Amino acid sequence: MDYILAILVGLFIALGVYLLLSRSVIRMLLGMTIFGNGVNLLIFTAGRVTREIAPIVPPGLETPEGPIANPLPQALILTAIVIGFSMFCFLLVLAYRAYQSLDADNTDTMRLAEPERAPEPPLSY
Amino acid sequence: MNTLIFRTLAPLIVATMLVFSLYVCLRGHNEPGGGFIGGLIAAAAIAVFGMASGVEEVRRALRVDPMAIAGFGVVMAGASGLMSLFIEAPFMTSIWLYLPLGDTTVPISTPLFFDLGVYCVVFGTLASVALALEASDEENH
Amino acid sequence: MSQNALPTAMIETLTAIGDWLVVLPIVLALMGGALLLMLRQTGKLSLLAALVVVGAIIACDIGLLIRIAAEGPVSMTMGRWLPPFGISLTADIFGAAFALAAAVVTLAVLAYAEIERGEPEQGDGFHPLVLLLLGGVTGAFLTGDLFNLYVWFEVMLIASFGLLVLGGGAAQLDGAVKYGFLNFLATTLFLLALGLSYGLLGTLNMADIMRVAPMADPAAMAGIAALLLLAFGMKAAAFPINAWLPASYHTPPAAVSALFAGLLTKVGAYALLRALVAILPASRDLLEPVLLALAIGTLLVAPLGAIAETNLRRALGFLVIGGIGAVLAGLALPSPAAIAGAGLYIFHAIVTMTALYMVAGLIERRSGARDSRQMGGLYAADSGLSVLFFVLILAAAGVPPLLGFWPKLLLIEAGLAAGGWGYGLVAALVANAVLTLIAGTRLWAHIFWRNAPEAVAPRRHRDGIGFAAAGLLAAAIVAAGLWPNPLIAGAHMAAADIVDPAHYVAATGLAAVEPGERE
Repeated sequence: MDYILAILVGLFIALGVYLLLSRSVIRMLLGMTIFGNGVNLLIFTAGRVTREIAPIVPPGLETPEGPIANPLPQALILTAIVIGFSMFCFLLVLAYRAYQSLDADNTDTMRLAEPERAPEPPLSY
Repeated sequence: MNTLIFRTLAPLIVATMLVFSLYVCLRGHNEPGGGFIGGLIAAAAIAVFGMASGVEEVRRALRVDPMAIAGFGVVMAGASGLMSLFIEAPFMTSIWLYLPLGDTTVPISTPLFFDLGVYCVVFGTLASVALALEASDEENH
Repeated sequence: MSQNALPTAMIETLTAIGDWLVVLPIVLALMGGALLLMLRQTGKLSLLAALVVVGAIIACDIGLLIRIAAEGPVSMTMGRWLPPFGISLTADIFGAAFALAAAVVTLAVLAYAEIERGEPEQGDGFHPLVLLLLGGVTGAFLTGDLFNLYVWFEVMLIASFGLLVLGGGAAQLDGAVKYGFLNFLATTLFLLALGLSYGLLGTLNMADIMRVAPMADPAAMAGIAALLLLAFGMKAAAFPINAWLPASYHTPPAAVSALFAGLLTKVGAYALLRALVAILPASRDLLEPVLLALAIGTLLVAPLGAIAETNLRRALGFLVIGGIGAVLAGLALPSPAAIAGAGLYIFHAIVTMTALYMVAGLIERRSGARDSRQMGGLYAADSGLSVLFFVLILAAAGVPPLLGFWPKLLLIEAGLAAGGWGYGLVAALVANAVLTLIAGTRLWAHIFWRNAPEAVAPRRHRDGIGFAAAGLLAAAIVAAGLWPNPLIAGAHMAAADIVDPAHYVAATGLAAVEPGERE
């Protein structure tokens, strides 16, 4: 199981990097999401895939009966998913607004803040 | 979206979802559930309400700006953590109070107030996002 | 494992009230930001509340610093769970001093922002976002847990997104896209390194990692350290991965630029210092050639960028990057003196860069232009502003007797003592100072000395507040430069604690647990 998950993590991250290399903002956004999911899966795998029993203590007991799945990676991933999702939402809105006001989905043509042919600085005082 | 059926049913759906969101929030201490998921459900209810009756109506019904609810949630969650200052324990140590109430005892604890704070934060943020999206939708039509 | 064999997981002793000082700056900032969110329709009251909250944070930071100076690092682990189960907040001298500097410049920026905001725009969320940013930055400086550090990075990132697009000009959106993608990528890479180190070590508490990392496979740890270097290097805008900074820092209002320049990259630099020198020193030794190349590259390329740039705030952005080069130089040298220099440089850069951007904002207001080619003649109109800009440029370049000189002196001494590649670093540091001076004085000459291309706008009635805020920061830089002994002594003490983390680990209460006891 670990090996399959490890290969899957590699595929996710490769796909994410490939999409991030694109010039189109929307593809970069999808790349970021896939990359982030690959990382989440990596944390899940790094926490050891042991039991499929949910880490919930039954009523009336102080500790769970028998082995359970490791809850810490799940907590880490939950946090990372929430943060990653909010970032994704923000960037999506940002990309849309940038598309509306700059009329550009191609990062090569987004040169308003960094003019492409900026005049050279004066040579004398 | 403004069909008669939807507008008639929406208040029922919204009320059920709001009650259910509180139930999910309160059972969260020992079982699956909690403030986060409860707040999500409540925000979804608000979004449904907004679809059915329009954003203005929802804002009137809420009385308070949703972002202010989120701010209140953060203050409540932070204050529940600070309570442990009084028992000389580290930040966020839980304090339990068993309140005898008739035949049963009701456990009241600082994690409960933390969870309610989370509920308010999630509800406030997502409700204001949903209302903003619906408002810009209405402008376009 | 039977239940009896479990080691104790709870803290039984009472917590000293003084330990709360490590939590309060963060909690105050976050709760204060939330309160301001509730008050955001109230205009002037919002500013007043923000100033009071930041003032209280400064008081807590000073108290924390005094306590650390007296008793060593202060730590508190949440909810009575022993580390590594509970999340620790641990502050040493560097963390607390940077948190203090960050709160002070935030106070100055809050006052400065009033000149730009004009008539109070109802509820635009500026004050809550500034406090959220301060909360994230303070949290990053004071945390003792890697995952918690990731969360504070994201808090910072969300707040800075909000501030960057406030107002929503097209250029701001353009800058925000580049800033957003590259910083989000950096935090995701950090998360990747986190996942790997959790898988290898089974812990994310910084003090705990210091104890168990030497027993892990050095090659795997070096890989994690390299990922951390890439992630934090992006955050700090080190040379080959700095493109987002000059693309975005000049687009928002000057107050926001000033806050970013003072806080964001410094958190990245601090995280590098913490991760590579304090937590994974063995991996740092392996990565030393990379750090050397990064440091020399950043030191030399950044001021060259500033020389080639005519947009005033973009040129200053390159000077911010140059300062990161000096910090990297400290990390590339293995001696405690170099770490003291790097830490002191971060402290200096937080104050100097904020003040520089504030002055740049004032210059833009007077001249009505953003490009230094369209400015001129400001010296006749406002000689006070020209003195201020000149002093800050000298401080950024590291000319004695200003604050910027002393960390560079420590670094150069450490470089000469190290020999070998240390000489290369010394040469790069000196060249950086000279190039920064060339870039800065030329900007000064163009803006203040040259004949005015057009009439200079008269001083507006509120500009005095901004001038006073920047002036006070500059005065602090001059005063700290003239009496540097307490700062240098503090930096040496802090560096000693970084090199030998015994105090840091003991503060979290971990020393009692033997390494073999877990598993």
